[in-house]
Amino acid sequence: MYEFIAFYVFAISTTILFLITVMSKNVLYAMTALAAGMVMISGLFFLLGAEFLGVVQLIVYVGAVMALYAFAMMFFDATKNIKEKHQNPTLVFLLGGLMALLFVLMFSAPIIGDNIQAIYPMIEGVGNAQAVGMVLFTKYLVPFEVAALMLLVAMIAGIILAGKKMDYSLTESESADEEMNIKKGDA
Amino acid sequence: MLEIGVNHYLILSGLLFSIGFMGVLRRKNLLMLFFATEVMLNAVNIAFTAIGNYYGDLSGQMFAFFVIAVAASEVAVGLGLLIVLYKKYGSVDLDVIASMKG
Amino acid sequence: MESLVYIALFSPFVGSLFAGLLFGNAPRNAITGWVASALIFVTFLASATLAYHVATVGAIHIQMMDWITAGDLSIPFGFLVDQISVTMMVVVSLVSTIVHVYATGYMDHDRSYNRFFSYLSAFVFAMMILIMSDNFVGLFIGWEGVGVCSWLLVGFWYHKADRPFEENPSISPSWAANEAFIMNRVADLGMLVGIFLIYWNIGSLQYDVVFEAMPQLADGILVSIAIALFIGAMGKSAQFPLHTWLTDAMEGPTPVSALIHAATMVTAGVFLVIRANPLYALDAVSGVSMFIAALGTFVAFYAATMALIARDIKRIVALSTLSQLGYMFAAAGLGAYWIALFHLAAHAFFKALLFLGAGNVMHAMDDELDIFKMGGLKTAMRGSYIYMGIASVALAGLPVFAGFYSKDAIIETAFNEGTFIIWGMLVITAGMTAFYSFRQVFFSFHGEKRYEALGFHPHDMYKYVLIAMAPLALLAISFGWFMGYYKEFIYGLNETVQYEMSDHTHHLAIYLGALVIAFALTGIFIAWKKYAGKGEKAWKRNEKFENSFVYKLLANQYYVPKFYDEFIVQPYTIMSAKFWELDKKLVDGSVDKLGRACVKIGDTSRGMQNGNLSSYLNWMGVGALLLVLVAVLSSITPEGIVDVLRAVTGKGE
Repeated sequence: MYEFIAFYVFAISTTILFLITVMSKNVLYAMTALAAGMVMISGLFFLLGAEFLGVVQLIVYVGAVMALYAFAMMFFDATKNIKEKHQNPTLVFLLGGLMALLFVLMFSAPIIGDNIQAIYPMIEGVGNAQAVGMVLFTKYLVPFEVAALMLLVAMIAGIILAGKKMDYSLTESESADEEMNIKKGDA
Repeated sequence: MLEIGVNHYLILSGLLFSIGFMGVLRRKNLLMLFFATEVMLNAVNIAFTAIGNYYGDLSGQMFAFFVIAVAASEVAVGLGLLIVLYKKYGSVDLDVIASMKG
Repeated sequence: MESLVYIALFSPFVGSLFAGLLFGNAPRNAITGWVASALIFVTFLASATLAYHVATVGAIHIQMMDWITAGDLSIPFGFLVDQISVTMMVVVSLVSTIVHVYATGYMDHDRSYNRFFSYLSAFVFAMMILIMSDNFVGLFIGWEGVGVCSWLLVGFWYHKADRPFEENPSISPSWAANEAFIMNRVADLGMLVGIFLIYWNIGSLQYDVVFEAMPQLADGILVSIAIALFIGAMGKSAQFPLHTWLTDAMEGPTPVSALIHAATMVTAGVFLVIRANPLYALDAVSGVSMFIAALGTFVAFYAATMALIARDIKRIVALSTLSQLGYMFAAAGLGAYWIALFHLAAHAFFKALLFLGAGNVMHAMDDELDIFKMGGLKTAMRGSYIYMGIASVALAGLPVFAGFYSKDAIIETAFNEGTFIIWGMLVITAGMTAFYSFRQVFFSFHGEKRYEALGFHPHDMYKYVLIAMAPLALLAISFGWFMGYYKEFIYGLNETVQYEMSDHTHHLAIYLGALVIAFALTGIFIAWKKYAGKGEKAWKRNEKFENSFVYKLLANQYYVPKFYDEFIVQPYTIMSAKFWELDKKLVDGSVDKLGRACVKIGDTSRGMQNGNLSSYLNWMGVGALLLVLVAVLSSITPEGIVDVLRAVTGKGE
């Protein structure tokens, strides 16, 4: 009963919040709704017994990613409504609706396949965080390290792209244009 | 009906994915497109975790971790590119950045 | 001896390659003609040596290499030199040598001189394969090879324009070449069917294996094989109703007519029947053999009647060839294979001589063929006159000359077999043969010099050409004398080839021969009376006779070509035009539509590539949706549905 209520509360709220994210014209509203939706999803993770994942969701998404978005937004005018030209909204809703319908049809069928064996079964008698740690640092060690490297690379890339010479255009190199002009002048 | 099974989570995941999908189709603003992508990634995470829970397997959660890691890197790089684009065009609207027309 | 076989076979090929590869693009070069002639002469020497070897030691059977080996089918490149093939080899190589030498003179001024010798030698090579092969497939390869060479050579002057049907029955050389080729394809299908039947029922195509197995086969199969093979022979030897191509093939150069359409290729059909004598001698196929004899007799008679009034010098000779082929088939059908082969050889000599003589006349008359425009040529062309005279006497079958022995033997055979209708027709035909061959001689060499009024200045051929023709003349006179030796020679082959007259016939032989001679002399006498006169007695055109029904019937070759034209060629042309329309609409149309559809699809889908990332994203979304749809649909299986239903309904099961 408790699980039932909790699931529906989280489910309905995430759906509504994400719909706001997708539909809103205001970036600030959209981002706020996204952050709230992330929180609700972490609730779902807790419901599914993945406490560690839920915590990571809160820290990484609601904490770090949202902070990044918030900083990025500062470059753009966040309070102004975004003007978008929507060519044919009906088609978009039709496609989205069709996709939703397909997923509902597919997932509402009972899952058959009882013979599937767990590769890394839940470990009895230990907490979720401990179990995750045991699997992550034994079986998934290499992917984990690779992911760490990937995050490092991403961080450096982010710094170089956004941070270096903030007041200077990287792509429209004026010096190059100037050189060309000089050459033309010579000729 | 009071019992919540794996199907409920999967349907929810599918619905959220469709919402994100709709966003991707609809949005022209790159920042909003990023939001829609985040929605889709989260939807998938729910599905992974639910399936993992159903089979009593930790692999589902592992995948979710890596998805989060990828999402984080993507945001970092993506936002950097977004800023560069904004500097160049003064806008992050896809209709404005239509530079691929041959 | 083995190497001699290869020399005999391949030296014409070398000659052909020499002329074709080394001088293919070169201007006229006399060396090609001489080298080709020399190489053919080498073949002749080798063949003659082989003939001596066969006579003294026996047949040679060699296998050069495996050719086709597939499953149970094994066809080697094997060659059989026995009495039959060696006879053909000697005849073919001798006539070929003389024709080659003749052609060096005849084609002297032709700009495609090198090409001509390349084709002519290639023909001899194909003919050698046909003759020497020890299996039906090799025979067929040679058969088709001579067909191709015949096509190339008949259409040698392909650049000549078409003329209307009324003016010239064969329209143009290229038309005649195609006619010959297509008509032979019809017959070759029959031959192929025969070969397939043999392989199907016996499992081998080697002559010795096949003929040994034949007596064990069912009668129906034997008859089918015999008929099918004979259809092939009918096409190549121009027997009714596939005969029209032979007279039209006279459009080719005269040496070609002499070699291919008189002496060698057209006798291939006869050769096939003789080669397959163990088959045709079987009791089961006696009906077919009788039919062959009857058809041969009919053709002999039929062609002779047409020759009676023909005006074209080459056509007269061609029709006489047709007639003589009929004689050969009559003999072969009656079981006298060796007599047929003997007549084949004798005929090759005197008919080649006749043709070459006719070629000389043509050459002298600037390619004029109408004998009505000639006359009195004997003073201008003494050498040709003598040769033509000898050949005509041989053809008419007067004693001492070659034709007398061979043709008389055939007529005697018909009497011996008790087939008196055949005998009677052959005797009458002999009379007609004498008449038309001398009609032609008298027309062209005796009587008034009609050509003078037309402004011709005839001159005889080069001397060396005339000398080269001498061996043919000698053989046309003397070949018959060797009939006894030849009989002894060929009797060594097998029993079916042997044929002896009964005692009764033997006693009557003198009277029978006298009758034939009487007919021939009568024919010659009538011809002399009508055409050889001068002055008052000179021949005049008889308009009334030329308008009579019989004359028109004969002049139009019994309307057979017209019939073919009306009922086969024209409907086929109309049908082809219709099918072409259909093809344009259906096949071309569909291909065009496909192309246009591609262009159109490209044109419309070009709109997708508008450079807008958002619309690309939308298309990607559509694609993703389709993929999900495919995933959903492909996951639906009948078992899956059953499982789902069971899971939904019978949870407590």
